[in-house]
This record gives sequence, structure tokens and C-alpha cells, in this order.
Amino acid sequence: MIDQICQYLSFPFVRYALIVGVLVSLCSSLLGVTLVLKRFSFIGDGLSHVAFFAMAVAAVLRFTNNMPVILLITTLAAVLVLSGGRRMKLKGDAMIAMLSVGALAFGYLLMNLFAKTSNLSGDVCGTLFGSTSILTLGPDQVWLCVGLSGAVLAFFLFFYHRIFAVTFDEDFAQATGVRARAYNQMLAVIIAVIIVLAMNLVGALLISALIVFPALSAMRVFKSFRSVLICSAVLSVACSLAGILTSILWDTPVGPTIVAADIAAFGLFSAAGLFTGKGSS
Amino acid sequence: MSLLSCHNLSVGYGGVKILEDLNFSVERGDYLCILGENGAGKSTLMKTLLQLLPPEGGTIETGDGFKRDELGYLPQQSAIQRDFPASVREVVLSGCLNRCGWKPFYSLREKALARRNMERMEILPLAKRCYRELSGGQQQRVLLARALCATKKMLLLDEPVAGLDPAMQVSMYHVIEELNRKDRITILMVSHDFEAALTYASHILHIARGGSFFGTVAAYRASAFARSFARRRGEA
Repeated sequence: MIDQICQYLSFPFVRYALIVGVLVSLCSSLLGVTLVLKRFSFIGDGLSHVAFFAMAVAAVLRFTNNMPVILLITTLAAVLVLSGGRRMKLKGDAMIAMLSVGALAFGYLLMNLFAKTSNLSGDVCGTLFGSTSILTLGPDQVWLCVGLSGAVLAFFLFFYHRIFAVTFDEDFAQATGVRARAYNQMLAVIIAVIIVLAMNLVGALLISALIVFPALSAMRVFKSFRSVLICSAVLSVACSLAGILTSILWDTPVGPTIVAADIAAFGLFSAAGLFTGKGSS
Repeated sequence: MSLLSCHNLSVGYGGVKILEDLNFSVERGDYLCILGENGAGKSTLMKTLLQLLPPEGGTIETGDGFKRDELGYLPQQSAIQRDFPASVREVVLSGCLNRCGWKPFYSLREKALARRNMERMEILPLAKRCYRELSGGQQQRVLLARALCATKKMLLLDEPVAGLDPAMQVSMYHVIEELNRKDRITILMVSHDFEAALTYASHILHIARGGSFFGTVAAYRASAFARSFARRRGEA
């Protein structure tokens, strides 16, 4: 099996998939801790549907490079939900539910009405479940991914303490003169970036899993913010690597295989949490 | 010039006024207790003073060189904090953030400050413990230590003794009194503990829909507000 893996690693597309997989899962797991703790677990799901809608718009308008359109629309939706949600009459979760279903429906409608493609259901399925697009990445897409993930990681490193403060108690941070709202906006932009990146990896539907599972697993066992972040990052990268290699070796779909690995890890960590008696809620 | 002065201030949510025409001012070293019935708008007033809510009318002015990042705040414990994976040290340190400016990390000075405040609240042995596994009283002391890290001139407290046992309540009031007397920190406290307010505060702001009282404790004792409030509490 080792020989087989080494043989596969000699193909550039396998190396690209591994690089992108590691980076995307690293970023999404870091962000996931913040989102889960801010009670925004579902935002990944909602925004990924918006990204699907954006992709449909790009396809209808026949853009060859659809990344900027998708990034723009998803970022707008993220800012709207995360920072506008406070002032609106609609509650955050209802807002996300509306956005999510609406975007999915309109995206599919657009594709159905206007897209001139012979394999519509295949395209839609690929967009939603990520099918094999991670194995068809070109070098420029990989570099874009490296650049964006680098920016996300740098943001996390430099604003680590502020992210903690805003996540733990936004009102306190705002009241004592920390610009909590500004950090929320930045987080919204980053969520959008990560979701667009992750769409290549696991597809729109399974992004939530990448965001939520590593964070929840880490919280079963670890008790400080820093240890949860580190554990969640390591776990997410490990699961993605395992998932990608498995899918290459046994020819399973990449996205669902990664999610299966994440769920297995969650089971293990829950058991460990029960066993050590540390895991509460 | 007062640290904080409010003129014809109205507070509320989304265009609905809960309280109207509040006039009061806070001088350096004051200990102001904000009293009122449940639902009178005490917490809403606090949030407006903290600029978490916009005023529905009137003005809040700061003076005497007082800036927004020189205050500390002890909120009521919200549900979100109860299952949060954070160590006591992480929580207390986060109070120092408004001293950091654009620095991404805490310097030795801020770490020493956090340590001093943990010592003062007698929670230094708990520093590595998980916040959510502490008792209610311990959690309250952690949050007060965090508030002290953020405080330079003024400390705002929202029901600081709610949910504490009587012994803890007394020690909490002593800590706050000491901050006010020794460190000359201006205190603004929302409370429904009538007796303690009269014992420790220098000024009282009693808010009610029909009209509010603001003045010294002595003037408050003599007012009709105190008598009717005490009587209603006696019935309840």
C-alpha cells in the first residue's frame, strides 16, 4: 500500500489535492471553533448554498474564471448575516435558513433555465458534493488557495487574542473599547473565503462538516481555548489527509470520505471525553 | 467636569422607549447604585451607558479626560459563556486587551496585571482550570478580575452579587468598596439589593417609569422613592 501511495504521489494532481486539502481543512477548523462557540454552526451550510448560487450565476454569465464572482457574492451574504443580524427583526437562525434554501433553489433554477450544458445533473452533483474537482486542480488554483489560506492563517495568528475576546464575550470587548464589530466583519469575510476554498474540496453541502466536526471533537476533550484550537487544527488536517488518500486508493468520492473520517474522529473523541470524565456539553 | 453626564437621556430597544428623561452625572470617585423594579430598564440603561445600545434620545457626555477604553464591565453571566472552553487565565487576560493598542500579543506588563488581579480575587490557584467547571461564585470572581484588568477609571457592574451565597455577597461588596476607597475607581452598579445599596453607595439613581430620583444616599433616604420602594419590597 505504501508503494501504491508513493506511486500516486508522483502525479502532480495528487500532490495538489493534498496541499489544498491540508490548507482548507486547517483554515476551516480554526474558524469552526469560533463559529461553533458563537452559535453560528449553521452559517457554513447557509453560505455554501449562497456560494452554489453564485456559481450558477457565474455559469449563466459564462465567466471563465468564476472565483471572483463567487467570493464577492458569498462575502456580501456573510457580512449581511453576521453583522446585520443583530439589528434585524429576523433571528439569526431563521435568516440563515431562508438564505440557505432560497439560494439553493434559485441556483438550481438558474442553471436549469439558462445553462447550456449537456450534463446538468452531473454538474450540480459535482458542485454540491465536490465529486472529483479537487483532483482536477491546476497550478494557478493551487497558488490562489495557498495565498488565501496564508492570509487566513496570518489573520488568526495576529488577532488570536482579539478573536478569543470577541468570541467569549462580544459585549464586554465592545464596551471596554475593543472594536468588536470590526473583527466580526473581518471574520465574516474570512468565512466567505474559506467556504469558497472548501467548495473545491468537499463541495457546497459538506462544508459544514469541515467547519463543525473538528471543533466539536476537540471540545469533547480539551478545556482551554488554545488547546481546543490546536487540537481541532491537527485533527482536521489528519482527517482530510486520511480521507483524500483513502479516496484515491479505493476510488471513493473525496468529500464524503473526508466527512466520514471526521465523524469517526468525533466518535473517538466523544468516547475519550466520557472516559476521562472531562467532556461536558 | 463630570466623568459621565446624561441629559434628558431616553433608553430602550429599537425605537421603543423604556425610560425617559434621565438626568444624572457621575464624578470621579463616586459610588453610584442604580436601583429599580425588575423590568424598569436597569440593564437597558447599563447597555446604553456602555454604548452597546444607542440612546433613544438625549445625550451621554464624557469629561474629565475619561475615555471609553478606561472602563471595566462586569456583565450578568450569559448562557454563551457557560459551556465555553477557556481557562481562567485566558478569560482574565482578555480584560487587558484594551491596553494593547495594535500589538497582537500581550506584553509582560499585561500578564503581570492579570496575575495581580487574579491574586486579588483569590483565584490564582485556579488559573489553569476550565472556566465552565467553576462554581457560580468562582466564575463571578473570574469575571470581576477580567473587569479589573480593563478598568482604569470606572467600573460598571450589572447585578454583581446575583446568584451568590450570602457570604460571597458580603466579600464581593467588600472588594468593590475597597476598589472605590483605596484605588479611587468610580463605581456604577446596577442592583436590586436595596439594603446593600444604601450601605455602600454614595449616590443613588432610582429609575421608574413615572419619574426617577437621582441624588446622594442621604437625600434618597428622605425621599418618597425610598419609602415606597421599601414598603413594596416588604409586601413582596
